[in-house]
Amino acid sequence: MYSIIYKKRLNDFVTELHIHAPLVAKKAKAGQFIILRVTEDAERIPLTVAGADAQTGAVSIIFQTVGATTLALSRLEVGDSLSDFVGPLGKPTELDGVKRALVVGGGVGCAIALPIARALKEAGCRVISVIGFRSRELVILEREFSEISDELHIVTDDGSYGQRGNVCLPVEALLSGGAVFDRVFAIGPLVMMKYTVLTVKPYEIPITVSMNPIMIDGTGMCGGCRLSLIEDGRRVMKFACVDGPDFDGYAVDFDEAASRLGAYTDFERHAYGEACNLIKKGEAQNG
Amino acid sequence: MANMSPKKNKMPTLSPEQRRTSFDEVATGYTEEMAIDEALRCLGCRNMPCVSACPVNIRIPEFIAKIRECDFEGAYEIISQSSSLPAVCGRVCPQETQCESKCVRGIKGEPVGIGRLERFVADWHNKNTQPVLNNIPKNGKKVAVVGSGPAGLACAGDLARLGYGVTVFEALHTAGGVLVYGIPEFRLPKSIVGREVENLRALGVEIETNVVIGKTLTVDELFENGFGAVFIASGAGLPNFMGIPGESYKGVYSANEFLTRSNLMKAYSPDSQTPIMRAERVAVVGGGNVAMDAARTALRLGAKKVYIVYRRSMEELPARREEVLHAIEEGIEFLILTNPTEILGYANESDSRDPKNGFVTGIKCVKMELGEPDERGRRRPVKIDGSEHIIPVDAVIMSIGTSPNPLIKSTTAGLDVNGHGGIIVGEDGATTREGVYAGGDAVTGAATVISAMGAGKLAAKSIHSYLKDK
Repeated sequence: MYSIIYKKRLNDFVTELHIHAPLVAKKAKAGQFIILRVTEDAERIPLTVAGADAQTGAVSIIFQTVGATTLALSRLEVGDSLSDFVGPLGKPTELDGVKRALVVGGGVGCAIALPIARALKEAGCRVISVIGFRSRELVILEREFSEISDELHIVTDDGSYGQRGNVCLPVEALLSGGAVFDRVFAIGPLVMMKYTVLTVKPYEIPITVSMNPIMIDGTGMCGGCRLSLIEDGRRVMKFACVDGPDFDGYAVDFDEAASRLGAYTDFERHAYGEACNLIKKGEAQNG
Repeated sequence: MANMSPKKNKMPTLSPEQRRTSFDEVATGYTEEMAIDEALRCLGCRNMPCVSACPVNIRIPEFIAKIRECDFEGAYEIISQSSSLPAVCGRVCPQETQCESKCVRGIKGEPVGIGRLERFVADWHNKNTQPVLNNIPKNGKKVAVVGSGPAGLACAGDLARLGYGVTVFEALHTAGGVLVYGIPEFRLPKSIVGREVENLRALGVEIETNVVIGKTLTVDELFENGFGAVFIASGAGLPNFMGIPGESYKGVYSANEFLTRSNLMKAYSPDSQTPIMRAERVAVVGGGNVAMDAARTALRLGAKKVYIVYRRSMEELPARREEVLHAIEEGIEFLILTNPTEILGYANESDSRDPKNGFVTGIKCVKMELGEPDERGRRRPVKIDGSEHIIPVDAVIMSIGTSPNPLIKSTTAGLDVNGHGGIIVGEDGATTREGVYAGGDAVTGAATVISAMGAGKLAAKSIHSYLKDK
């Protein structure tokens, strides 16, 4: 069984769990993901690996409560087990040849950006990190980023912590100030990645983005995770589970990806509402 | 006294009305009386043309003779010497192009219902016996099987009977491969697959779910972990799309995704946590068994109108005949000689936040006519100019085949694949890498359950001759 060996609430919405999955822990690299089911008959959800320890067999996942499944996951405690946990899936982030990196994380995407930044640092790379959140209460992983970054910029949308604004502000400031990077890594909500790409584009620096579409099997069977790249003016279909999840930020059709992500919004909202009601009912009965 | 009726005993089925709202199995199976009566139609030909037309050479006249004697368990024993999954194959084999196509009774009338009899025997066995723990002496040698679909299960069963320690690695959370994620409950109840898997466990086969070979473990690591041989039966891979505009709209599914959501993830149940679009009007593109499965699933999920869109004519439909007949009975409309050119989606130009934006609204098609035969002798469909038309639908399911999965190839040195990405094997199922065998859709591309099972059995034989003296 895949037991939970560590749990920490990073903020009101974001939880970190370490799952005992030795085979996955031995293999997982920055940028890869796992698929889990909380219980038998639950849905399969993909989550990017936030860290892995081959010695202890622990795989770290950091996730935001956005729906019924992540809500159920966030309510598990140390000692509880997951029904299924499979990985590592997808290709690891390509880090070769990068000596000076700009790592940009948005919201819970910082959990995915962190292992990439860490791997870059361990490879002797100079790392500048920009992390952005909606507000002060939602800031996560600041200490971890500061430990591995040569320079760390924090922004919040409402200015309650760090610089006011979105991640594009410090990115633009760094680039227009003459900072030189071999590659930019942007991980976060689609709209944040889209605008980071647009900000970086005039400087012609390669940019990697990490896509997180709806998936079922995660092994290249269902095709649900398909997205479009525009390569030499041609639309090319790719599958995030086997071709990604990392892609060339300049090629990704972000608008299409955003549209596809909304395929089940009604169902998800309903399921989340149901799950919340169940919990409230349970608490009322126990209280 | 032989039964000289020119017709098969009819297979009892649920009525089309019952079927449209139910995932219960459509064909309910012969009774003992029907089976014996059908068995009496077999002439017991000495040259047994049916046997040579069976991909795994089941001794058909012999098992049918046992049915005539009311020795159903005896019939099962004969079948199980050749087939590992009789309850499955009796249901999903295309008998009309295999065993039954060579039946002498088919010259004047209908052939013997061999598939129906096979199913009867297997169901009788499963109902009246329990899996028996086998005390086969182990030979101390280990074999890894990659994938728990029909090829993998067949290979695992045969090797376990020979005394090998067999571990089957399955990427998904449930064993069965396409038998659980692909073929719907109404055609192949999952309890039957479950029982076949239990039979294998009773033989000592270990099944490790949630392990993706090529990712969690590589083929090299399997050898390092003491496995003497590896059989790759990882199945077909990435679904094909047509490459026409609009395939990214919401409501466009690959058949694999649509069926996986409904079958494996049980999205048809109101309690399921996995969503599926309950479309009112659905177009399924393709003419194979998978297309029929997708169309009939969409109907059961509540669609008011379901079309099969197929570019050739009814004659060329590759699906099993019984599935086509069942689909027609259930009210699926066949738009033959029709080929999609574009999928249309909703776009509110004045409101980018309109929730309907990006959802399918229709499919643009052209009419086709059959032209000259192609290299395989099938007449090539040719577009009729000016025949463009739009069919309003809110979901499109692409069921036009798959391309091999790259995961194992890309992580296994020395494993050669052909131009289509299928693993290259010799006549004995051996790949270009020593100790590694392959079979099923991973080799051939999308094919049938029985041919995959046959490949699994062949590989088991080859692995045995490779390992027995090692």
